[in-house]
Amino acid sequence: MLATLIRLTGSFDLAEEGLQDAYVAAAKTWQATPPSHPRAWLIRTARNRIIDRLRRRTAFVAHQGALAALAEIEAAAQPPEDDDEAMFGDDLLRLIFTCCHPSLAREAQVALTLRTVCGLGTPAVAAAFLVKEEAMAQRLVRAKAKIRAARIPYRPPARELLDERIEGVLATIYLIFTEAYAGDPRRSLAGEAIGLARRLDALMPGRPAVQGLLALMLLQDSRRRARVGPDGAMVRLEDQDRALWDQGQIAEGLALVERALGSAAPPSSYAVQAAIAALHARAGAAAETDWAQIVELYGVLMAIHPSPVIELNQAAAVSLAQGPAEALAMVDAIAARGDLAVYHLLPAARGHMLRRLGRRDEALQAYRQAYGLARFAPDRRLIESEIAALSEA
Amino acid sequence: MQYLLLIYGEERSEAAMPAADAQSMLAAFGAFTQSIAESGALVHSNRLRPVSDATSVRVRDGKTLITDGPFAETREALGGYYLVEAKDLDEATAIAARIPSARFGTIEVRPVWAM
Repeated sequence: MLATLIRLTGSFDLAEEGLQDAYVAAAKTWQATPPSHPRAWLIRTARNRIIDRLRRRTAFVAHQGALAALAEIEAAAQPPEDDDEAMFGDDLLRLIFTCCHPSLAREAQVALTLRTVCGLGTPAVAAAFLVKEEAMAQRLVRAKAKIRAARIPYRPPARELLDERIEGVLATIYLIFTEAYAGDPRRSLAGEAIGLARRLDALMPGRPAVQGLLALMLLQDSRRRARVGPDGAMVRLEDQDRALWDQGQIAEGLALVERALGSAAPPSSYAVQAAIAALHARAGAAAETDWAQIVELYGVLMAIHPSPVIELNQAAAVSLAQGPAEALAMVDAIAARGDLAVYHLLPAARGHMLRRLGRRDEALQAYRQAYGLARFAPDRRLIESEIAALSEA
Repeated sequence: MQYLLLIYGEERSEAAMPAADAQSMLAAFGAFTQSIAESGALVHSNRLRPVSDATSVRVRDGKTLITDGPFAETREALGGYYLVEAKDLDEATAIAARIPSARFGTIEVRPVWAM
């Protein structure tokens, strides 16, 4: 509904205020007289409240801003008569594409999407990214100001730009999935990210890129309950209790990967990552995993979108498919280039490989380096236990 | 609404362009300018002389300080501008993307303050 109100009023802030007023009015009157089309009622009421507010502001003084806002509302379309699903869907797409417009900084896109599409409160969005509430509020204010000042249009992009813009929306959704967890995987906004991808898939069906991302997030999220141990330490994928993996999400994810990879178009990076996650999901135990195929898939990923993190993940798979010596050479090559210098998973990977090669002292050194770089407690706890286990051996 | 499209490019590589390429770039600019003039989007445009011909002026404590060169040495320098009329940012960026040197440099799109 917020999306529709923004279209009818031309303003994020007015729409939010109006909707609040409408909820208050609904609380007062709906018990006695429930409307046949509740959403249309709320929108109509919100719009009337907004017009009232603006008129009061111009009653004695010709308040320029209010006059302009009134003119815009009057020029815009009439509010809907009934709960028109197609219209609500269109408006939601407008909102998603506006929030994720490329001229807004990525972190602004994330904040605006979580706030206006997902309806999260500013404190919740701030907490998810370990940012002060004031700073997050400022980020939102600036984003809305830019939308107004630069006149970012409130509509889905032109056909020739659609694929590119969808990529941007997906990147923002995936950022919410991977980064919004305040250092503790148990407090992530993965559910919100998955919900966003589902809505996008429902509104723009049949797009392999969207299906690929949704598959990836479902498969990664299916391991959610196994990812953190009772002591608060991270648990590596190979050591996770697979009975805790969500089979419903896995089933849905596997079906989506098939569809995403089934199209004639070259696969998106998300779809390939989802295919890797699917191989893990299909293995009943770590030992049954098709590591060789995973190594190959990482090769495909490197061709589409090379990055040192992907290279590191490939090395981890090589370690299990071919052996720790080859894998260690790959990891050392990444480190020699100076890449991932502050990424704790690099020395952690070296530690595992050195341990498997029987090079105990070097392994301990690598683990200690990883400990120093790890930003969050769950990761540190895992490394601590690995250091402890190795020291006792 | 008006947007100022600021054209930034690397002067050194532009100067090093072979004569034939420079000619076709000029022709491309001419064609582009004409097309937006015809569409009504063009308000004004100009090519600027290179930063070696620039002069910077500052007034501090009542004194006028004049120095050689642009306000800051940057890798890409301002080479020209188009002032255009567009209904929203997407229309303005679509025009900017058609500027022939956008393939090599950067076009900054600035909304003009509505008075």
